[in-house]
Amino acid sequence: MNWLIDFFTDPANWSGSSGIPQRLVEHLGFSLVALALAALIGIPLGLLVGHTGRGGLLVVVSANLARALPTLGLLVLLVLLLGTASIWPVLIPLVALAVPPILVNTFEGIRGVDPELRDAAYGMGLRGPQVLLKVLVPVALPLILLGLRLAAVQIVATAAVAAYVGLGGLGRYIIDGLATRDYSQVVGGSVLIVLFALAAQSVFAITQRLTVSPGVSQRVRIR
Amino acid sequence: MITFESVTKRYADGTVAVDRLSLEAPTGEITVFVGPSGCGKTTSLRMINRMIDPTEGRILLDGTDVTTIDPPQLRRGIGYVIQQAGLFPHRKIVDNVATVPYLLGWDRKKARDRAMELLERVGLDLKLAGRYPFQLSGGQQQRVGVARALAADPPVLLMDEPFSAVDPIVRTSLQDELIRLQSELQKTIVFVTHDIDEAIKLGDRVAVLRVGGRLAQLADPKTLLSEPADDFVRDFLGRDRGIRRLQFFGTDGLELSDPADTSGAWTLRMADGRPSGWARADGSGPLEPYGTFVPGRDSLRTALDAALLTPAGAAVAVDGDGRVVGVVRRETLEAALAEAADE
Amino acid sequence: MDEEPLFRWSWVASNWDNDTPNSIVNLLGAHIVMAGLPILLGLLVALPLGLACVRWRWLYQPVAGLMNAIYALPSLALFMILLSVTGAERTTVIIPLTFYAVAVLIPAVVDGLGSVPDHVRQSAVAMGYTPLRRLLGVELPIAVPVVLAGLRVVAVSSISLVSVGALIGQGGLGNFFTDAYQRDFYTPAIAGIVLIVLLALVADGLILLAQRLLTPWVRARRST
Repeated sequence: MNWLIDFFTDPANWSGSSGIPQRLVEHLGFSLVALALAALIGIPLGLLVGHTGRGGLLVVVSANLARALPTLGLLVLLVLLLGTASIWPVLIPLVALAVPPILVNTFEGIRGVDPELRDAAYGMGLRGPQVLLKVLVPVALPLILLGLRLAAVQIVATAAVAAYVGLGGLGRYIIDGLATRDYSQVVGGSVLIVLFALAAQSVFAITQRLTVSPGVSQRVRIR
Repeated sequence: MITFESVTKRYADGTVAVDRLSLEAPTGEITVFVGPSGCGKTTSLRMINRMIDPTEGRILLDGTDVTTIDPPQLRRGIGYVIQQAGLFPHRKIVDNVATVPYLLGWDRKKARDRAMELLERVGLDLKLAGRYPFQLSGGQQQRVGVARALAADPPVLLMDEPFSAVDPIVRTSLQDELIRLQSELQKTIVFVTHDIDEAIKLGDRVAVLRVGGRLAQLADPKTLLSEPADDFVRDFLGRDRGIRRLQFFGTDGLELSDPADTSGAWTLRMADGRPSGWARADGSGPLEPYGTFVPGRDSLRTALDAALLTPAGAAVAVDGDGRVVGVVRRETLEAALAEAADE
Repeated sequence: MDEEPLFRWSWVASNWDNDTPNSIVNLLGAHIVMAGLPILLGLLVALPLGLACVRWRWLYQPVAGLMNAIYALPSLALFMILLSVTGAERTTVIIPLTFYAVAVLIPAVVDGLGSVPDHVRQSAVAMGYTPLRRLLGVELPIAVPVVLAGLRVVAVSSISLVSVGALIGQGGLGNFFTDAYQRDFYTPAIAGIVLIVLLALVADGLILLAQRLLTPWVRARRST
């Protein structure tokens, strides 16, 4: 416990390139970029596979595979192969491990929409893309957001581990702390990561409240 | 007018869902496709708005082959009502009804006003307009489905077992609602059901289909009941055809006897102009029950039923408020029944 | 570095079972223990807790929220926080992984029991089953597929996450990753990844097999 207090009250930790704000921003930056890339790949692919119904098996298999791949192992291997000169050895595993949750949940979300609803939409004269964007996506939104949330969880965790192979961000406190046996750093950094993860969760919960139609979440305020 | 020209639908595994179906669904009338499971009634309906395309043959909409029209364009001009309504859960009721107008590019306000107008037309409380589908009952959702189909005022309406998923009381009121709407709007309606009584009640013409997609008989309900084309149709129609057929005959021409006439074996006792029961001429025994009908509004079937409800064997004719206007004796009824059988 | 082949089989041969704590066999054993215990403990804890959430509906909302929060916490952080309490031992890895397992399995148990069709439950009540017998004889068997699906996720995730413990020296096969990084040597990293994925596939397959054995009625339906 003392370690925590020591860590958070040390002024050196609040400024400079190894200060908390800096590291926080780094971590946030990597996470956002990775999430955006993963979403850019996963959502359109998930929508396509879900809407056309083809390739579903591939989606499920990739999700299972991603869950089995050890993050530390991938990071180490890619850094050994590609060196630390660029961001790619870290970015590739970050994004690759985050795509499957987005892909699977977007796919399941679209597929899970009541077929009668789809029939009614076509029957009224909506074209394929319109059916997808105006009907299927709003109804599948809770699952799509779930996929994004799970991906975010994955990314935050992987980014923390990536400090081992040289990435900045909050994980650095742990790695540097372990190396110098400065346990206040280790614990302090861990607590920061935990708080960061919880904050990310809240952001998603709020986003869900704001973007999902009350007709879908079936939550309507009774006046 | 919708014309089927020897339409066949064959699937890759060889099953024939619709077999050389040829018929006409006249403009402004309700044509019902009815039959057991597997008779191709839904498949046939869905070929009209190109949800499915025929393998052989053509379907003409006012003379134009539907396969020459771009499907979304075609469908925006045809109302489509399905069993579970298929309302968009993420939109409010009013926006659901206005879906096709929005698609057609109507001004937002105009589309919403039209939606409200239609909600009223289908008998819904306007305060439901701001709610979401999950907040409505099954019957209410079905009404919204009908309103939605009518929003852009399409000349044609396709209805696929729209009332099958609701309970009987709601179903009856929805059927009555449809009849009333049709009398105001005169759309060309193709209605699919597996319930022969629903078909008889709603249809101006009824197409009975058999398993394998062949047309067994196409006729108006009255003819269907009195002259079924073969054993299949006869069995499908079920029992009591003669009695059910009577619903198509009116009662305005029935001769009414004076209720105060005490010359027969039975006398009608009244209180304040309303019937209280039948009494025997010799005054013995308790008052017997009576059955009523409203001449002009009710059918001959209802009149017969009223007579059958009492040992007196006569039906009590009342007005809309329940006041006695006359009595129809057995002899009069028998003559009317004979006349109906002759038609 | 350019002459270093991608994979050196000689390393495998010499490290297979060479009496050091970091031999392939020993680390595999450690890995199985560190992944297996959370799976078993997770199931043991989640079953009664899940049942409680079904019995007392109001419990589920707060519990589910807690589970969500726990699942979101990065394993590395949890390992490190526990480090000061339990040291650089296996338990430091096992405890957080058990929490994750519980976080996934409680919803699985609740959903599994919820998947029992209401009319089936009603028939059982009407036939005179006591609540306990109903649970054991009717509801749990039907819930098995959903619970085991969750268990598969837990198994694969646990096996993968154990490797992160390498940063405190307790990563099971994950120790090969830190080894590879420190010595600038691909082979252990590749070996570690392959072995972990294989282990995950085996675990997944075993649970799937168990599911087939426990729910013969599902198989029968598919063959008609």
